[in-house]
Amino acid sequence: MTRSIHTIPADPPMESDDALLDRFQRAAFGYFLETFNPANGLSADNTRPGAPSSIAVVGFALSAYPVGVERGWMARDEAAARTLTTLRFFWNARQDGGADATGHNGFFYHFLDMATGARVWRSELSPIDTALLIAGMLTAAAYFMEDTPAEREIRTLADAIYRRVDWRWAQAGQATVRQGWKPNSGFLHYGWEGYSEAILLYALGLASPTHPLSDASYVAWTETYQWENIYDQDLLYAGPLFIHLFSHAWIDFAGLRDRFMREKRSDYFENSRHAVWIQREYARRNPHGYLGYDENSWGLTANDGPGSKTLRIDGRKRRFFSYTARGVPYGPDDGTLAPWAPLATLPFASECAFLALRRLCARHPRVVEGSRLPSGFNPTLTEAGPDGWVSEGYFGLDQGIVVLMVENHRSGLIWRLMQRCPYLGQGLRRADFRGGWL
Amino acid sequence: MPPALAQSFGTAWRNPTPKGVYDLSIIGAGPAGLTAARAAAALGARVALIERDRLGGGSLNVGSVPSKAILRTARLYAEMGAAEHYGARSPGDVAIDFGAVMERMRTIRRRVSDSASADRLAAAGIDVFFGQARFTGRRSIEVGDLALRFDKALIATGSRSLTPEVPGLAEAGYLINETVFELTERPRRLLVMGGGPAGCELAQAFCRLGSQVIIAQDDPTFLPKEERDAAQILSDALARDGIEVHLNTTVAAVRTEGDQKIIDLVSEDSRTQVGVDQILVGIGRTPNVEAMGLETAGVRYDPVGGIQVDDFLRTSNRRIYAAGDVCLGQQFAHTAEASARIVVLNALGLRRERLSALTIPWCTYTDPEIAHVGLYVREAWSQSIPLHTYVVLMHDVDRAVIDGEDEGFVKIHVREGTDRVLGATIVARHAGEMIGEISLAIRLGLGMQDLAQVVHPYPTQAGAVKMAATACTRAHLPPALRALRWLRSVRRTGPLSGSNL
Repeated sequence: MTRSIHTIPADPPMESDDALLDRFQRAAFGYFLETFNPANGLSADNTRPGAPSSIAVVGFALSAYPVGVERGWMARDEAAARTLTTLRFFWNARQDGGADATGHNGFFYHFLDMATGARVWRSELSPIDTALLIAGMLTAAAYFMEDTPAEREIRTLADAIYRRVDWRWAQAGQATVRQGWKPNSGFLHYGWEGYSEAILLYALGLASPTHPLSDASYVAWTETYQWENIYDQDLLYAGPLFIHLFSHAWIDFAGLRDRFMREKRSDYFENSRHAVWIQREYARRNPHGYLGYDENSWGLTANDGPGSKTLRIDGRKRRFFSYTARGVPYGPDDGTLAPWAPLATLPFASECAFLALRRLCARHPRVVEGSRLPSGFNPTLTEAGPDGWVSEGYFGLDQGIVVLMVENHRSGLIWRLMQRCPYLGQGLRRADFRGGWL
Repeated sequence: MPPALAQSFGTAWRNPTPKGVYDLSIIGAGPAGLTAARAAAALGARVALIERDRLGGGSLNVGSVPSKAILRTARLYAEMGAAEHYGARSPGDVAIDFGAVMERMRTIRRRVSDSASADRLAAAGIDVFFGQARFTGRRSIEVGDLALRFDKALIATGSRSLTPEVPGLAEAGYLINETVFELTERPRRLLVMGGGPAGCELAQAFCRLGSQVIIAQDDPTFLPKEERDAAQILSDALARDGIEVHLNTTVAAVRTEGDQKIIDLVSEDSRTQVGVDQILVGIGRTPNVEAMGLETAGVRYDPVGGIQVDDFLRTSNRRIYAAGDVCLGQQFAHTAEASARIVVLNALGLRRERLSALTIPWCTYTDPEIAHVGLYVREAWSQSIPLHTYVVLMHDVDRAVIDGEDEGFVKIHVREGTDRVLGATIVARHAGEMIGEISLAIRLGLGMQDLAQVVHPYPTQAGAVKMAATACTRAHLPPALRALRWLRSVRRTGPLSGSNL
């Protein structure tokens, strides 16, 4: 008997790329609706019970609201009201540098109590997280341009909070910006040196009309850059993938070059493309033999992990970590992947990002349940379930970078908004960037 | 005391009668002093060698030799624990015999010290004196009641462990390099103060021999002088072994409670306490410049930086030279030996060699090892030298995969736009054995194309050097050939190849 082709069950119709993106971006955006404290405008670091607010996550939230408005997921008035609540809180919060204050010298502590906004976890006063927060505020200021009392106040407060930051103080007399300050012990002993997510910090700090970073700070920051040929690919090396993403959420680096990149005939956008390639290549080679790695299953970055422990698996000692910055190719690598990371690379390598997302959906249904992506999963820990270990709940940084980078891929909204921000352009020019949209 | 060590100590030794004016009088019989004495004697010079303690110096007696001996046994224990990974089975209950580990170390030390015995040195024509040396003038030294006159002198007195001022530490007691190898019992819990290379080596050795080990160091970065990625890999390896590393942490106070030492650790604004059986101090070394009458001889020195020398290793007294730890920042046995050879040639008037012309590699003998030679990235930047770094991961090296030793990398720094080798860092099980090829390339001014043409036996881990050189050579292909190669790559791997994301 000849079987008619019509009797073969057809594959379910494949979801279009745009529908797929819409589903995951909206789910990520939902994080900011669910973890928002309407009393003070703070957003939670993660969805676990008792989680504090992370000021960096608030920065992502403030940048996400315009996306929500443009996508029709949130009314403009509501977005403006939320933004205003947040800005009013940060403008009025205690800035005396006390152990339970909110900030000092214009900077803010990394983690704050969700209800009171006071410092928690003995966290540091954080220049980088303050920069991410300020980037969110400036994005909001660039978006809410209508001549209404609320939107005028948003613009005024964002500008005032930015101008209040004493970036020069955060250098503590050193060439580079210190990584933090604590009320009882002073500045942390290390600075922002070598390629990291801190380009944004330097760009904003250099542009300050009130307390700018020193001219030499950016050059000092680049002194420990490592230009490497790895797997036959040249790039400015940084191991964890988020480093190649975070500043890019607000700055379109395509064609934009500082002195280092001019010498290397590259730019930071191109560099992130190469970083994606190296992530894929590393996962394909899978030197440590972890389960679930291949060229379409990758994403080693800072994320949650299965906990600090050492296990013997197949006769080999394996060390696992909790939340840590994983990286390629030098590690650490404990078999934990960040399912959100490939999606956040869409602007650089869309074909790779889609392949990774579709592979994730096909192979790990538990990980993509509800279309919101958890911080990490580890397929090697098979006793934890069919997808291995999966991080509980969700983290705001992961959801924020997904919302912003997917939007930059779809419409370039965040990049365009920040191109309107005069401070960013000035900061980049002071860092000797040229070309691109500048 | 075993005969060889007795010879090293010089306990049965009778000092010779000084013979007129020595061409070269050497104070200190460590790596620098011994090297200089042998080299000068071989050239026909009249040589006096003065040592106040044991021949061989710190490296032989309390440094490289004993530490590498116990590291080897520690590695064997680690490999027995990982036998299954190699398709083997180890005995069910591997018991660690600490006494046997230390006995093997002492046996090896005796064997290595044999070539540095006083009898052998005397047979080579060297007058060996035991005792404290003191300059009595610009051209004279006394050793006990003996007076030696010299035409040229070499100070090679080495260095010793630095000890910190920590309240309660002296009362509680602590180990240093000079005493740790005398342990007869394995400490159950050990705190290592200072995460430098020597501290890391011993921390890993004791951990693999069954001690619970904590490293506490002031610096916020692990191995701050090394490449960040090298330090990262070693940090992961130590953590896998079970070592707790506390960075940015100061030992604030120590006190004794019963059999244990309670240590207050302070990190930023937090204070914690740990209890251990032993504390090993490894925070650095200080030069041995005391009680030699350097002022009388007109030799300028600094208690921290040591004896001041010029590029020819001459001190402020042009007849007196210095070599090794007592005057150099790089405190390695091989640096001491290399500097001693320069002194011999310069002091005897045979050549005018410069210290700055040396290419000096070094190695931290952990597992994996970290070896380096030449420029670091930050040094190149400070000299406005643009670098391009070629990396080969050990997991891409067949022999490393075969051996189950695929952790690490070879990184070779070349001047941007050229193939000239300026520096390299290797992290690998045998990095110390592999770095020599790169040292040779730097010394002779060879390029990556030269290294790429060196035929290595297959399979070897050192083949990684050739792989890195070949990657550089590929990058320097003429544009037409590169385009052809790219087209082939696209045909082979599709549109997602590296340059076509």
